Amino acid sequence: MKKHIISVLVENKSGVLSRIAALFAARGFNIDSLAVGETEDPKISRMTIVSEGEENVLEQVVKQLRRLIDVISVSDYTKKGLDYVGRELVLVKVDAPPSKRSEIIEIVDIFRAKTVDVSINTLSIEITGTDSKIQAFLDLMHNFKVREIVRTGKIAIVRENQSSGKKESKNE
Amino acid sequence: MKMTGAKAIVESLKREGVDTIFGIPGGQVLPLFDALYDAPFRFILTGHEQGAAHMADGYARATGKVGVCIATSGPGATNLVTGIATAYMDSAPMVALTGQVTRKMIGNDAFQEAPITEITKAITKHNFLVQDARELPEIIKSAFYIASSGRPGPVLIDLPKDVQTEEIEFKYPEKLNLNYKPVLKGHIGQIKKACELIHTAKRPVLYIGGGVIISGASELVYKLAEKIKTPVTMTLLGLGGFPSSHPLSLDMLGMHGTRYANYAVMEADLIIAIGARFDDRVTGKIDSFAPHAKVIHIDIDPTSISKSIDVDVPIVGDAKEVLKDLIANVKAPDTADWLKKINGWKKKYPLTYTKDNKLRPQYVIEEICDLTKNKAIITTEVGQNQMWAAQFYKYSLPRTFLSSGGLGTMGYGFPAAIGAKMGCPDKIVFDIAGDGSIQMNIQELITAVAYKVPVKVAILNNCYLGMVRQWQELFYKRRYSASDLKRNPDFVKIAEAYGALGIRVDKKKDVRSALQKAIKSPLPVFIDFVIEREENVSPIVPPGEALDQMIGGMA
Repeated sequence: MKKHIISVLVENKSGVLSRIAALFAARGFNIDSLAVGETEDPKISRMTIVSEGEENVLEQVVKQLRRLIDVISVSDYTKKGLDYVGRELVLVKVDAPPSKRSEIIEIVDIFRAKTVDVSINTLSIEITGTDSKIQAFLDLMHNFKVREIVRTGKIAIVRENQSSGKKESKNE
Repeated sequence: MKMTGAKAIVESLKREGVDTIFGIPGGQVLPLFDALYDAPFRFILTGHEQGAAHMADGYARATGKVGVCIATSGPGATNLVTGIATAYMDSAPMVALTGQVTRKMIGNDAFQEAPITEITKAITKHNFLVQDARELPEIIKSAFYIASSGRPGPVLIDLPKDVQTEEIEFKYPEKLNLNYKPVLKGHIGQIKKACELIHTAKRPVLYIGGGVIISGASELVYKLAEKIKTPVTMTLLGLGGFPSSHPLSLDMLGMHGTRYANYAVMEADLIIAIGARFDDRVTGKIDSFAPHAKVIHIDIDPTSISKSIDVDVPIVGDAKEVLKDLIANVKAPDTADWLKKINGWKKKYPLTYTKDNKLRPQYVIEEICDLTKNKAIITTEVGQNQMWAAQFYKYSLPRTFLSSGGLGTMGYGFPAAIGAKMGCPDKIVFDIAGDGSIQMNIQELITAVAYKVPVKVAILNNCYLGMVRQWQELFYKRRYSASDLKRNPDFVKIAEAYGALGIRVDKKKDVRSALQKAIKSPLPVFIDFVIEREENVSPIVPPGEALDQMIGGMA
């Protein structure tokens, strides 16, 4: 089963998120990640949802999303084969005793990550990037003692000349 | 114009053309009830909020207008839930207004507080928690539009008490600014593809559901069926969408459908589905449903299409609009051989039952049908009574068969009958009930009596939860676990205690005169028909079997 990136434009109102989450839950779908934020129009929010499931069931979920009154448009980037730039931001807190510290900082540099907090025993690192870059970085960090990982969930923007779903009718 | 939120609600309801409201007051809706005191609506105080919701539903299904009900916060609102879910599953337009604790108390476990918008999210088409009284006019207008357009459904508006008392400047919006815009016209390319399939079909079947009735497309289905000489089968909620007496009618299909309808579907090479959703009670074992058929599916709700079965030609749109275009473009196929075969089945396997001197439920329904000339509004409860009412009353008009098809709510029929009678006072309204179901909302007798709503209830009394017993007989070795109702009360005395008329019939020969007396009476009537205890609904497709694997119902 493929992971799908589904972008949903919704009215920026209370209660919308729980309606959308409930639809996924009702079909037994796990949401791998979900990122919500205001768009260029403050009355509209974009939700970027990463989920996996059987194609036909996922298609049904997308149709049901379109049926919600507060949903403006839904686009499954993966299904449509759209070319997009996907990014995620991750904060990692890792044990960094003096003996390991320079090794960790070296890796941070190679990945063009950023050290955002330092304490006697730990380093906190910020990294953004694609799935594979983040995965490679986290794999390396697991050679040290990772205390905490915080992820934003993936967001994505469709490359130029491709609409990220806005022009598409909700009832296509 | 300055006014309170409560007055603004009343003003908005007036603009929406509301004439009847069902409900029960309580602490958190007192401001609204105060405003209703001199409002020009018929307010019907019900025995229970569930009754109010089903009445609004029955009113809506019988008239096509939006049904309105009101309950207070907490238990009042949660009592509406079954009624809302019933309306949702069968796409009945309804607006439910509920009281809520004041805005700053929400979430504090206040007295009679329940998060009703959260509770009803999955069973409403949409709902609103009003946070600002100034939004009331727009929310109410939106609620009525959403409830009644596209695929209709219930909309709930939760009204905190202080929103009802806040003063606002009232202005009713002329236009709504919603993203929601249902597609009505079908895609002409798809319609042409459908026409090609129809023209070349050899064994086509029209399969129509509740959507035909909701859309007001019955006459167009009639035109189409005659033009393409294609037999028509109906789902439970599609009954009345095509006259049962028409030579092309196959009556109902599915678990308790006719043999001829089910055989036709299983041999068809083309299924033309209109406003139906391939429910599991219709399809039987899904993998072997209509194995030789291509499928054209016309539905206003895209989520209904390709949900249970793969569709060859989907057409999203309103049944009426799509049928207009379809009829204009379609050419008739040659179905002479097919109709001959179907007529053979109709002769060989008519719907029937044992005709002897015993008091059998099917006979009662045939007599009701005869006395009301196929034109009464029939509501049902759920179970055997519902299936017999579907099989043996021969419907001729849309909006005359009201039944909880999707959710299967026992206790629906009696309050729905009251709502239907209020919407259609010139019609004879019968609730065909079971002795189990009628007790689930029997308290509404007081509503029928108090407002002089002369509905007639035919209780098919076998002292069992009959459909449960039938399944236990067929699939659980006659172990009648918790289905025996010999403890039943005296329904005649109950009717009399409320001020209604009660009649008991235990002989076949008395059925007709009792029905005549009931129809003539100006009172609500309970007729307690003491029927054969172990009469079964047949034929039956056992659960998990294909449609042609029916048991029973052979002449």
